[in-house]
Amino acid sequence: MVARGLTKRFGDFVAVDGIDFEIGRGESYGLLGPNGAGKTSTMRMIACMSPVSAGTLRVLGMDPAHEGSRIRSRIGIVPQEDTLDLELTVLDNLMVYGRYFDLPRRVIRERAEQLLEFTQLSERAHDKVDPLSGGMKRRLTIARSLVSDPELLILDEPTTGLDPQARHLLWDRLYRLKQQGVTQVITTHYMEEAEQLCDRLAVMDGGRFAAEGSPSELIARYSTREVLELRFRDPDTDTEAVAAHLQGRVQRFEALPDRLLLYTDDGEATLTEVHQLGLNPDSALVRRSSLEDVFLRLTGRSLVD
Amino acid sequence: MRYWMYQYKRTWRGSITTSFLYPVLYLAAMGLGLGSLIKGHVDGVRYLDFLAPGLLASTAMQIGGNEAMYPVMAAIKWLRTYFAMLATPLTVVDVLVGHLAWIALRLVMVTSIYLAVMTAFGTVHSALAVLALPVGVLTGLAFAAPIAAFAAAQQNDTGFSTIYRFGLIPLFLFSGTFFPVAQLPGWLQPIAQATPLYHGVALCRGLVLGHVGLAAAGVHLAYLVALTVVGFVLAMGTYRRRLVT
Repeated sequence: MVARGLTKRFGDFVAVDGIDFEIGRGESYGLLGPNGAGKTSTMRMIACMSPVSAGTLRVLGMDPAHEGSRIRSRIGIVPQEDTLDLELTVLDNLMVYGRYFDLPRRVIRERAEQLLEFTQLSERAHDKVDPLSGGMKRRLTIARSLVSDPELLILDEPTTGLDPQARHLLWDRLYRLKQQGVTQVITTHYMEEAEQLCDRLAVMDGGRFAAEGSPSELIARYSTREVLELRFRDPDTDTEAVAAHLQGRVQRFEALPDRLLLYTDDGEATLTEVHQLGLNPDSALVRRSSLEDVFLRLTGRSLVD
Repeated sequence: MRYWMYQYKRTWRGSITTSFLYPVLYLAAMGLGLGSLIKGHVDGVRYLDFLAPGLLASTAMQIGGNEAMYPVMAAIKWLRTYFAMLATPLTVVDVLVGHLAWIALRLVMVTSIYLAVMTAFGTVHSALAVLALPVGVLTGLAFAAPIAAFAAAQQNDTGFSTIYRFGLIPLFLFSGTFFPVAQLPGWLQPIAQATPLYHGVALCRGLVLGHVGLAAAGVHLAYLVALTVVGFVLAMGTYRRRLVT
């Protein structure tokens, strides 16, 4: 898929402000950003469910404005909110959805069984959807999006609201799909998810792309290898002064409301220097840089609001 | 565009119970009970015979109206069923036609059962009565289409009680179901005759009792068809505006 100057306006409000991207077949591409960044609006345009306000967009080589229906017959969409039929059974949800694609009942039946196994829902096939847990409903939504055997899968915040176990199971399934060659476009505000699932990603904020690249590229470009996180007992500690003292060793620093982040190539060594300076932080943590740090660098805010 | 045939099988399952239980009860209570009090003929026939086709048309209106209110709003707001459909090759036209087709199917089921009950009660006096089935369905659709158009534009359900209070219930009472429109005060009669249910009732009654004139039937039919078409066009507008943003 290719986008040039893709824009989405709602009245006066510009949700997506002229973004460009190219996603190749088999890639796993992410949109990482906080709520309100314009991710869902972008996804809805890609999914041919929302008209483009300005710019060009081609999905599978086709223009959503003219061939939306045809494009949708070849892609799978996992929306942010489950739109499952709560009154029907798990299996019926898949059957009905498959019929929307005009697939023969027999084919849907076969695929449904495979998909239920793939998403570990086989045991609940004949249960009504309403009482299922959030994680199961999400898995069903994903199974449903695969009924048409799509080449491209669009997932909007696939694991938001799920417990860690459900999340990891889902990541595993998506990874398997990737191995099978399904192109994936995923939006998320969880940096771990972006790091785990995506070959490349775009950092999105305020309707624009702040940066684009693979997770490791982005970290290398916008952050240091390690981060030293310090918390001081005294809330009035002059964190800026502390950082100034360490000017030589530290490349950058961020003074957050609750922590001081020191960006350096060697966290332990910096920590030693901190102690040598006579400073006594309440807690100290040395960790590797993450996409959260990239986001912080690019936008001055953290991903979680 | 064959999709709509399949998507209407999607079960908008409420319970199929009270939709024809009530009319049968009405027929029994009003028709037999009240009818036994009315010694003479109403409009030339027994009261039971007069009432039954009127109830058929009114029931169609109720069902058509009901199915186009909360189910439509639910499909947009709470269950988001329409949005699930639009994530597939289906388009807004498919979604609307599919839902109306389901309502039509429901109307066919209820109307045919009602006609069977009427025949059992001995109120059917003409072979033309069989045409009351499509007319009943058309009456229901003539309400379903514009009401669906309205429902899709609503943000909450307060508008629905207005439709009931100022639309469906007055029509139910004053469109000639329970008593001839001629019984209304002179100035009210033309107003009643301009309303949709009047035409549905009149046409159904004419067909069931076998005394409908071709010209009059044409007028009734044209009215109902026009209302359905206008409703459909309006619904396309409100559906598109609401579902494709």
